[in-house]
Amino acid sequence: MNQSVSGQITIRGIIGSPGICIGKAYLVDKEGVNLIKRYPISNAQIPNEINRFKQAVSKAKHDYAKIIESIDKTIEDNIDILETHMILFEDKMLYERTIDTISTDKINAEWALRKVAGKAKAMFQQIDDPYLKARVNDIDQVMDKIMIHLVGAQDKKISDINKRVILVAQDISPADASQIQLERIKGFVTDRGGKDSHTSIVAKSLKIPSVLGLGKATMHVKNDDILIVDGSAGLLIINPDEDTLFDYVDRQTRFEAYMAGLERESYLPAITKDGITLNLMANIELVEEIVAAKDHGATDIGLFRTEFLYLDLRRFPTEDELFYKYKELAELMLPHSVTIRTLDINGDKVNPYLSFVEEANPSLGLRAVRFCLENEPVFIAQLKAILRAAAIGNIKLLIPMISCVEEILQVKKVIEKAVKELEKEKKNFNRDIPLGIMIEVPAASIMADHLAEHVDFFSIGTNDLIQYSLAIDRRNPMVAHLYQALNPAVLKMIKMTIDAARKHKIDIVMCGEMAGDPINIPILIGMGLTDLSMNSASIPVVKKIVRNIDSQKAKHSVIKIMEMTTVKEISEYILDEYKDILPFMGGTDPKI
Amino acid sequence: MIFSYERTVLKNSDNITRKTSIKSVFGMHARPASGIAQIAGSAQGGVWLHANSKKVDATSILDILLLSATRGTEVLVEIEDQKDMEILDKIIDFFEIGFGEATE
Repeated sequence: MNQSVSGQITIRGIIGSPGICIGKAYLVDKEGVNLIKRYPISNAQIPNEINRFKQAVSKAKHDYAKIIESIDKTIEDNIDILETHMILFEDKMLYERTIDTISTDKINAEWALRKVAGKAKAMFQQIDDPYLKARVNDIDQVMDKIMIHLVGAQDKKISDINKRVILVAQDISPADASQIQLERIKGFVTDRGGKDSHTSIVAKSLKIPSVLGLGKATMHVKNDDILIVDGSAGLLIINPDEDTLFDYVDRQTRFEAYMAGLERESYLPAITKDGITLNLMANIELVEEIVAAKDHGATDIGLFRTEFLYLDLRRFPTEDELFYKYKELAELMLPHSVTIRTLDINGDKVNPYLSFVEEANPSLGLRAVRFCLENEPVFIAQLKAILRAAAIGNIKLLIPMISCVEEILQVKKVIEKAVKELEKEKKNFNRDIPLGIMIEVPAASIMADHLAEHVDFFSIGTNDLIQYSLAIDRRNPMVAHLYQALNPAVLKMIKMTIDAARKHKIDIVMCGEMAGDPINIPILIGMGLTDLSMNSASIPVVKKIVRNIDSQKAKHSVIKIMEMTTVKEISEYILDEYKDILPFMGGTDPKI
Repeated sequence: MIFSYERTVLKNSDNITRKTSIKSVFGMHARPASGIAQIAGSAQGGVWLHANSKKVDATSILDILLLSATRGTEVLVEIEDQKDMEILDKIIDFFEIGFGEATE
């Protein structure tokens, strides 16, 4: 936190959803919930106190039941969470132990509940499993809802808000979120919520500027304070001084104008000023996303993540189920290509339910191709489906998490097996499809020169490459700021990979988030990348930069940048050198 | 002292246990935990789950989650009252069908 002379306070949190909003604060925090009274009760009062607790639980459950009834059934994510909360209200560990504590400790229900919930939370916090750790939030939310009825405080209803405000809350539960009417809420900020929390899911689904995990925002903000929420940079500014306010009003206007302009131009081709054509592709995980990808001007699907069907079905899909999905995708995209990445289960993309064995460190564990090679039938079913779809459309096969040459040789053997099975079953398929690997493990980048001999293309997965190279878990708020794409070590890895691909004349794509971040585009073009795959929403911004860039100038910049040794030096250089063409984007603005 | 000790022993020897394991690839998460808690909730006596050298109350979702049991974990289900045989069967069945989720 940073407080200026004028009283302006800036707090850094975690990015919830990008964008900028300026407005008045509206604290949804339940008055009284934070100040829990503690007082002793007499033996005679015990039954009464227990009764008061039971009534509070029953009222809280009643509230929940009403919300579940009214909720849009298409937001299934939320329904699941709500139903779990519903059962938690009467869970022994909370309900009966609170009643026990009231009678054994002879204390009031509020304090008993807090004590019991505190113990339960501590037990979950100790477990080294992100799914179980996240249950702490569930316990908190359930406790809060009971507490509201116990202290008799009026829960400020989000649905009662009648002016356009910025919500400030300790946490936004899925139940709260379902009551948010977007025309009344400009943005929101919360004290709690990490990258994996339910709050983060909520933020993403609401798509309004938001910053999470601010720690003590609710303590610093008073109702009607002027706030600036910079969702792109993960900043909350309380009571901004005049200069900051003007600056942000200006940025907000430019941001909105820029975004509007981008959409209009998104159909234009991505050609640099000196005539180099770039292929901007989309990363998707649902067939339904093809429409948005095309709208945003994507040519091909550079990365189709296949985990969704597995997680959705909660079992391994059959070859046919997979085939029909891939076939649909291939047909819709014809004549353009679709790069299908095989199952990349585990790691940060995975549904937390999906832990096959207990792993202390899942992102370094049995994931992606390692998992597939261990579970051959699963892998073969997917490979067969992909090869069959390749007979219909333009499909490329991409294998994630390759870390050594042996793995790619093993994969090829499994592909052979899949081919044999298909031949035996007399199914229509195409085995002559490009085979590529993700370069996302530092070892693969170092060995790129040798790996290139065995495959048709590389796809650089920057999210993992950065995380593994820098040993940074970007979901950990303590170190997330050190997760930097422009770290010179990362740039060297990328350059090495590109050089190896070029030497062996194989194709190279970048499909991580780095490819969609404007500040990186001059470097990527300068390094000679022409195939970039990104979330389709980023395509218009990137396209605009591409259309204004000179690739020769970018090449010279890269030569200079490769000599630089700090992130600061590199980012300042790019921002200065390309200030005319880099748009205002919160996260990359030098003033922040 | 001795009396209570004997009583404990007697009580334990009456308890019925059955072994099963987690078949679902998703391990023990909130949905199956609430399923088990609901079945166990109608028991006459105590219902316990043992796994990963922990013993937890099968009627509490939070308790069950704390087993942090993943696929393949061996689980011992224990009932204290013979009248709860049917409940024991139901819980074992629920485990055996992999909580109705993916098992391979």
